[in-house]
Amino acid sequence: MNKIGFATIYFKEMARTFRVPGQTLISPVMTTALYFVVFGSAIGSQVDFNLEVSYAQFIVPGLIMMSLITNSMSAASSGIYFPRFIGTIYEIFSAPISYTEITLGYTLAATTRALIIGALIYITALFFTPIPVEHPFIALFFAFLTAFSFSLFGFITGIWADSFEKLSLFPVIILTPLSFLGGVFYSLDMLPPFWQTLSLANPVVYMIEGLRWSFFGIAMINPLISALLISIFLMICFGLLSYIFRTGYKIKN
Amino acid sequence: MTKLKKVLQYTTMNNIITIQNLTKAYDNGFVALKDINFTITRGEIFALLGQNGAGKTTLISIICGLVRPSTGTVTVNDDDIIKDYRKTRSYIGLVPQEITLDPFLTVTQTVAYARGFYGRPRDEKLIEEVLTDLSLWDKKDNKIQELSGGMKRRVLIAKALMNEPEILFLDEPTAGVDVELRKGMWDMVTKLKNRGTTIILTTHYIEEAQEMADRIGVIADGEIKIIEEKDALMNRLGTKKIILTLTKNCDTLPPELVDFSGLSLSDDGHNLIYSYKKSEHTGITTLLTAIKGSSITFTDIQTEESSLEDIFVSLTQKHE
Repeated sequence: MNKIGFATIYFKEMARTFRVPGQTLISPVMTTALYFVVFGSAIGSQVDFNLEVSYAQFIVPGLIMMSLITNSMSAASSGIYFPRFIGTIYEIFSAPISYTEITLGYTLAATTRALIIGALIYITALFFTPIPVEHPFIALFFAFLTAFSFSLFGFITGIWADSFEKLSLFPVIILTPLSFLGGVFYSLDMLPPFWQTLSLANPVVYMIEGLRWSFFGIAMINPLISALLISIFLMICFGLLSYIFRTGYKIKN
Repeated sequence: MTKLKKVLQYTTMNNIITIQNLTKAYDNGFVALKDINFTITRGEIFALLGQNGAGKTTLISIICGLVRPSTGTVTVNDDDIIKDYRKTRSYIGLVPQEITLDPFLTVTQTVAYARGFYGRPRDEKLIEEVLTDLSLWDKKDNKIQELSGGMKRRVLIAKALMNEPEILFLDEPTAGVDVELRKGMWDMVTKLKNRGTTIILTTHYIEEAQEMADRIGVIADGEIKIIEEKDALMNRLGTKKIILTLTKNCDTLPPELVDFSGLSLSDDGHNLIYSYKKSEHTGITTLLTAIKGSSITFTDIQTEESSLEDIFVSLTQKHE
């Protein structure tokens, strides 16, 4: 194994994160903090919320998960797309480094970035309301599994995209609506039965519900089902990457 | 061990790259390489010449692992580029044709990362040595975007040298650089060769190949047209000319000279031109004796020798 090669990709990507902290760290934290202030504190205090936790507390796991999903995906997709766009990708593909090491280097760096942002959002939320975490290790498990899965998905879109427009297609057209409709700001039982059923087709629901359960021990969906479905998504991403590397799709042809 | 076996073993050891039956057809159906077979000898400077789209970059890209071959095999130091890619790639340094650098990194970061990708720990001494050799040491903390085009090209070379390669691929290394920098690069290439590095060079500048190469390969339409020692090639295909400036213009050759093949008059009848292959019996003495016995006299005599460029043009034009 080329450990130094893997570490070089990982630390190069992390250095990219810290080179522009305003864009990579502060901006997503600010945005999410504003959501929290507006929805959690201002509007949330007026919401008659029939759960064991306050509305402000309720939305925190969803906000963290939404941030993990969008940031892990954008970090990994831009991580691989940018060197493809400027042509420096040749230095990776001509080096004695395997596809697995390349993928892990990029995706683990994107996962780390997303987890740092998630932690910052949690810390920021603590300034407004106490947020107990009932199952901290399971919370970390859900956070890591989701961030890693979407890093892989982002990595795939970064290979597939051949323009900046295509690069932003998935986050803007698909991911943002799925996140907003994934139960970040509401509990599924607040929806009419039809919309409740339809929501179950949204994969983001399971991720948010999984994290929410590990925070408060309450969820509409069994956390084991959530973990299982995220794992299936992870496997699909691995399968797609395996196809890309086996065929050289968009990278060696 | 028989003498033949020893010779064969030596030949194999001496071949650092072996390419056999290599073809590449892209997904869009374009066949970039057609049944390529040749070897690169350890320690030589090999110049691969060809026009745009001839297949030079595709060939280099396959050897370096950037493009997948359709069929055929390539071995580097007897290791297969697919099965033993970690080994083969660790032998190679690549200077690409395009200036492709991350504009936001410094020169030192750029070369240090390049070494890291090869699994080599950071080596400050090597970084200083290479950057100094390439006159980049005083720019080590500058961002790439602050450098001139020539400096960026030198950074590309520095990156390629970071894994201390046995084989260096230079894909059009002096395209668009000024004369001074080009000469500087030639000196650097010579220095690397003297250290034992095998150098494979693709270039549009035939002068560059003529100046540096030990062997020349010409590729056209994805096929290798010729591979030969540079000196032998120039002797075999090169021509020389003797040009006599006549005292009086002539319309036709005098009877004493009509039987000389390769002899002709210029269009204006002012010059008598004798062309001959460098490798052949020249017949100059016989010609001069015949001229002395003829009616013509001359005021001046010049000689011209064809360059590698002339040979290249004649070889590639034949196949167009």
